[in-house]
Amino acid sequence: MREYETVIGLEVHAELKTESKIFCACTTEFGGEPNTHVCPVCLGMPGALPVLNKKVVEYAIKAALALNCEIASICRFDRKNYFYPDLPKAYQISQQDFPIAAGGYLMINTPDGEKKIGINRLHMEEDAGKLVHAGDDIARADYSLVDFNRSTVPLVEIVSEPHLRSPGEARAYLDHLKAILEYTEVSDCKMQEGSLRCDANISVMPKGSKEFGVKTELKNMNSFRALQRALEYEVERQIGLLKEGKEVLHETRTWNEQKGITEVLRSKEEAEGYRFFPDPDLMPLVIDEQWVEAVKTTIPELPADKKERLMKDYDLPEYDAGVITSSKSLAKFYDSCVGLYDDPKEISNWLMGELLRLLNTNNIEIEDSPITAENLVELLKLQDEGVISGSIAKKVFEEMFETGTDPETIVEKKGLKQISDVGELGQIVNGVMEKNPQSVEDYRGGKERALKFLVGQVMKETRGKANPQLVNELFLKKL
Amino acid sequence: MASIWEAVKRSAISANLDVSEEELDIYVQRIKDIIGTMDELRGISTENTEPTVNVLSAQNIFREDTVWEGLSRDSALKNAPCVEDGQFRVPKIV
Amino acid sequence: MDVSKLTITETRALLADRKINAQELINAFLSYIRKTDGDTKAFINVTEEQALMRAKKIDDAVKSGKNLGPLSGVPMGVKDNICTKDIKTTCASKMLDNFLPPYDATVVERLHDAGAITLGKLNMDEFAMGSSTENSYYFKTKNPWDGGRVPGGSSGGSAAAVASGQVVYSLGSDTGGSIRQPAAFCGVVGLKPSYGRVSRWGLVAFAPSMDQVGPITKNVRDCALVLNNIAGHDSLDTTSMDCEVPDYERALVDDIKGLRVGIPEEFFGKGTDPAVIDRVERAIGILEEQGAICEKTTLPNSKYALPVYYVIATCEASSGLARFDGVRFGCRSEAEDLVSMYKSTRAEGFGPEVKFRILLGTYLLGPENYDKYYTKALKVRTLIRDDFERAFKKYDILVSPTTPTTAFKFGERMSNPAAMRQSDLLTIPANMAGIPAITVPCGLVEGMPVGMQIMGRPFGEKTLLRAAYTYECHRGCDYMTPTTGGGLGEGV
Repeated sequence: MREYETVIGLEVHAELKTESKIFCACTTEFGGEPNTHVCPVCLGMPGALPVLNKKVVEYAIKAALALNCEIASICRFDRKNYFYPDLPKAYQISQQDFPIAAGGYLMINTPDGEKKIGINRLHMEEDAGKLVHAGDDIARADYSLVDFNRSTVPLVEIVSEPHLRSPGEARAYLDHLKAILEYTEVSDCKMQEGSLRCDANISVMPKGSKEFGVKTELKNMNSFRALQRALEYEVERQIGLLKEGKEVLHETRTWNEQKGITEVLRSKEEAEGYRFFPDPDLMPLVIDEQWVEAVKTTIPELPADKKERLMKDYDLPEYDAGVITSSKSLAKFYDSCVGLYDDPKEISNWLMGELLRLLNTNNIEIEDSPITAENLVELLKLQDEGVISGSIAKKVFEEMFETGTDPETIVEKKGLKQISDVGELGQIVNGVMEKNPQSVEDYRGGKERALKFLVGQVMKETRGKANPQLVNELFLKKL
Repeated sequence: MASIWEAVKRSAISANLDVSEEELDIYVQRIKDIIGTMDELRGISTENTEPTVNVLSAQNIFREDTVWEGLSRDSALKNAPCVEDGQFRVPKIV
Repeated sequence: MDVSKLTITETRALLADRKINAQELINAFLSYIRKTDGDTKAFINVTEEQALMRAKKIDDAVKSGKNLGPLSGVPMGVKDNICTKDIKTTCASKMLDNFLPPYDATVVERLHDAGAITLGKLNMDEFAMGSSTENSYYFKTKNPWDGGRVPGGSSGGSAAAVASGQVVYSLGSDTGGSIRQPAAFCGVVGLKPSYGRVSRWGLVAFAPSMDQVGPITKNVRDCALVLNNIAGHDSLDTTSMDCEVPDYERALVDDIKGLRVGIPEEFFGKGTDPAVIDRVERAIGILEEQGAICEKTTLPNSKYALPVYYVIATCEASSGLARFDGVRFGCRSEAEDLVSMYKSTRAEGFGPEVKFRILLGTYLLGPENYDKYYTKALKVRTLIRDDFERAFKKYDILVSPTTPTTAFKFGERMSNPAAMRQSDLLTIPANMAGIPAITVPCGLVEGMPVGMQIMGRPFGEKTLLRAAYTYECHRGCDYMTPTTGGGLGEGV
């Protein structure tokens, strides 16, 4: 029995998918040689000034509305002052006292049913540059190199309330948040490219306690799996400390993926925090009803609505609908398939089974799937038409995934067509019966199972190509 | 007395200004002098007064989301004291 | 040819009439600078090569009959905190001793587009922090009227270069009086435009909620001509307003009949030299003679402008100057680790006044002081603005001395910061309110020039220029120069 309760809050940074940066006209494109997407503004040069990108505000409003936030009628930008080599001005332009949005929520599924997770605030800010350490990590590096391509790329920071009660819930929250940001097309949400980043505040307290325990801040979790593992580790660590009668220290810890542990991050020499104050270079932002309404009309169907619709229109089980709508691209893939093929459940089975399995093991995003919706549907039709058997279909699917070739070509080239010729199959059936007289006897003696064995032998000889139904019929006739 | 000295010393750390104790004494003295005039402000009634962050009443000044050519890498790095592989080099961080 | 007394209008006429070509003109100025600047020390950097190249281009354009810009061929100087592409921009700081901006400030670009020729970069107090140009990392600039006295600051080089005739006009920047105070000390015209009138893109920030670039010229007409070419919206500066830019030259009308002039009594207080007050009152007398209706008024909160200014300016500066960290530009003192590098770079790169202001601003933004001082100062700033707004309901302009005294002697106030601050007492309120203010020479006290300050409504530069121009027309001399002993006697 657990006698402790976990309290988690997440701070998520998502890069917004604008063409240009938040305060200058440099491209936001990922990659590029270091320091080639820079200008005086994002290098923090003397005399350079920020000018706000309107699209950033629109995307922030859009994300905030999709997360059920209140949009502030007036907000502004503040300077967050601290020195770090990747922060060119030695202050980050962010929003402290007057964020663009606050007071939202999103729903997550838990084993105990749906749960509402509060969103404290959403604000806009600029990203920092990228540091590369000459050495294995920052602690052992002799020196570091700075690339400012990412400096001043627009971010929204979304801060949840401490409503999450387990690493699983945190994972579910992040999954749903990511899906919403993808559906609204404000962010790519690629954790590997850093366009989605997540920090966590986590504490444990005796079950039923009204007062939260001392929290630690976790950083450097670069995948969904890492988030869950780090939180799980931290829960155990904190409970362990409390059980030993020790205290949890208020500190920032970093997730070490290799070791699978969290480690104390040396605290910065910050005597007195960030000294936020309003940035005099930027004017306040006034967002009226009209603007909010206009942005509202651009919000597409969100994952929760889409899930409902799939369940209603296609009679999909809730589980299937949930998995398919958890990613915008997967849902889009599903939509394309359903438009071409009239068995929604069969499609769902293939997506959730074969496709996701192969994508995951190969670490490929659905957008980059080598199998197109058209090809998958073609495969299903070949199966329906009896051109290939179900087991062959799976093999063909794997081949399609590996080569990107269409199923018809694969079936043709590898000679995988199902044998449905009664004459040809009859001969094979006769051969098998001759070779296995004992089984024939057994069946005739009432052992139903013997038939399965005989059919299996035919399949083996035809390397799975025989039409199993036809083989069955032939045996029944001959026996 | 001591508290302002300590506070200014903390400020020097925050601002990454390396000042000796003797320099700090001078700065603290100057700060005390000028804080005296600033303390006069505290007596002024500003209850219903909005702060002025910027005198302009303008709001919602934007640029459109279009990309312009920035600096070449050479000009970006030209003024840097230390460069390696097209990047700005800094001494070890920790 | 003596080029030292040329105004923009005269220079343009010389060039238009082909009495001289641009290259000859620039050479004449360069040789005059060579002759005089060893003593005056207004220039941090004379950009001879680039100036002659520009002059040649203009001469070529003349030959091919091309239309020339309104300031074509007229030589100018630029304060060294205004970025000039591939030309050193030092802010008179060791920190930026080798800084080559990859871009021009918008004001420089606009003047160059109008045909202007930059002769060099002018001395100043380091990062515009000071009132005497004694805080320059390089050297002290002398007041052309008296080599034992300061030219004022922070745009001391800009004012001295114009007063001594080394350039026809110059650009300065004004955060708390840094154009007007040195212009007054050197007997020239200086305008701080309304906040938002002129782009700040490329001006190295001191306090961005107050900084403005403006012209320092020999007379009011030149001031209008320069303003015509630098004013207006710039998409690179959010705080440059997108509103109409009138033709300021057309404001130069010798007529102020019925103009309502307020005389704020706080600006004529105990701290101001009675002799200075006397000269300004005589100038006000001339305005009255020309039909202006002058009346005493009051701006009760303006007495708080100095502490408010020091809170806001140092807070903003402490953040704005944090970018000088030895990573991307400027000097660096190598050290074992990052924080030591930051610390030694900033310790060596910044001078004592800059360090003091960064320290003060950092202290004031600290958690225990933020509301007590910073937020409070922002609110009192509103009260100061409100005073002006009320006054401008009744008056078209407000008139005062520009400075409480004339130029002081070197060293006199360096050891007395409170006295140094006093020299900005009368100029700071305009920066608090973001209103335009101009200084015009209005006589001498013991051989040193006195300036009259005219303040106007936000974006009301036209009225300022009209009043200043009318005064200048009836002052009794065209303009004052140190070499002619002023043109205006002690007892104007």
